[in-house]
Amino acid sequence: MRAAGDPYLLVGIALVCLALRALVLAPGALRRIIALNVMGSGVFLVLIAAAARGEGEPDPVPHALVLTGIVVAVATSALAIALARRLHRIDERDEDDGGGR
Amino acid sequence: MAGAACAGLAVVLVLAVRDLPDEAPGTLPEAVADRAAETGATNPVTAVLLGFRAYDTWLEVAVLMAAAIGVLAVVGARDVAGRAPSPHPPPPLLGWMASLVVPAAVLVGGFILWLGSSAPGGAFQAGSVLGAALLLAWLAGRPGLAGVPARALAPLLGAGTAAFLATATVPLLAGDALLEVPAGVAQALVIAVESAVTVSVAVTLPLVVMAVREPADAPR
Repeated sequence: MRAAGDPYLLVGIALVCLALRALVLAPGALRRIIALNVMGSGVFLVLIAAAARGEGEPDPVPHALVLTGIVVAVATSALAIALARRLHRIDERDEDDGGGR
Repeated sequence: MAGAACAGLAVVLVLAVRDLPDEAPGTLPEAVADRAAETGATNPVTAVLLGFRAYDTWLEVAVLMAAAIGVLAVVGARDVAGRAPSPHPPPPLLGWMASLVVPAAVLVGGFILWLGSSAPGGAFQAGSVLGAALLLAWLAGRPGLAGVPARALAPLLGAGTAAFLATATVPLLAGDALLEVPAGVAQALVIAVESAVTVSVAVTLPLVVMAVREPADAPR
């Protein structure tokens, strides 16, 4: 497969750039966590597409990187979401306290 | 402004991709193919994961464990054991589907794990399938992981990291290098480490989802 016309590479780039915009502009922690996830998916797509260049078997090294990367991305997102939720609760409680006084 | 910058970045990246050579330079794929047999795995991706880049995979499994510990620390480990997905009984169709899908997923997960040393498959894929089965069982009202006491979760979460630690340090005692694999037991080691990593992945993924899920109308 020629690298220049590979749709997977182009879709990966599109995902990275759209997610970067959301990461910078989106309000709220949850949206940014999701943006970071989408960005990671774009990077995975680019790596896998780049591994499949040329004739014959694709390069196994990027495949191994992406494989572990997907699982690690899920786990770290969960940690980020847990922290974001905790933060949200603390904010809510502070607001409640402020209103009661 | 930010949108224009991102569009500009996209243009630069597309131009960079257009300049990529059609054949990947370097000889890594050939090197992997030549020496994959020494790692005990004939599937090149597994050979990279558990052989050539075992150090990397080891620490990634440790990151997984650290993330799970972090989630449990924020949410509270005792809150996860015995937690129900919702205060209402699950829809009957979900229970019916779970009783069909979960056994099949366990079979498929085990098969993918076994396949890993010689064909596409392995610990991370098998762990994801088994983890999804555990999560589905929990959502359908079965105990799933919530039936496991919080104390018993720790060894399951740490199994993969511990297995890597053992395979990494035992060669040191024999005077070999860190993570050096003796030729005779390489395949058995690959299967043992993969099984342990599968357990850790299969427990970590549903556990973190269960921990961060908040039933919509649960009391605060």
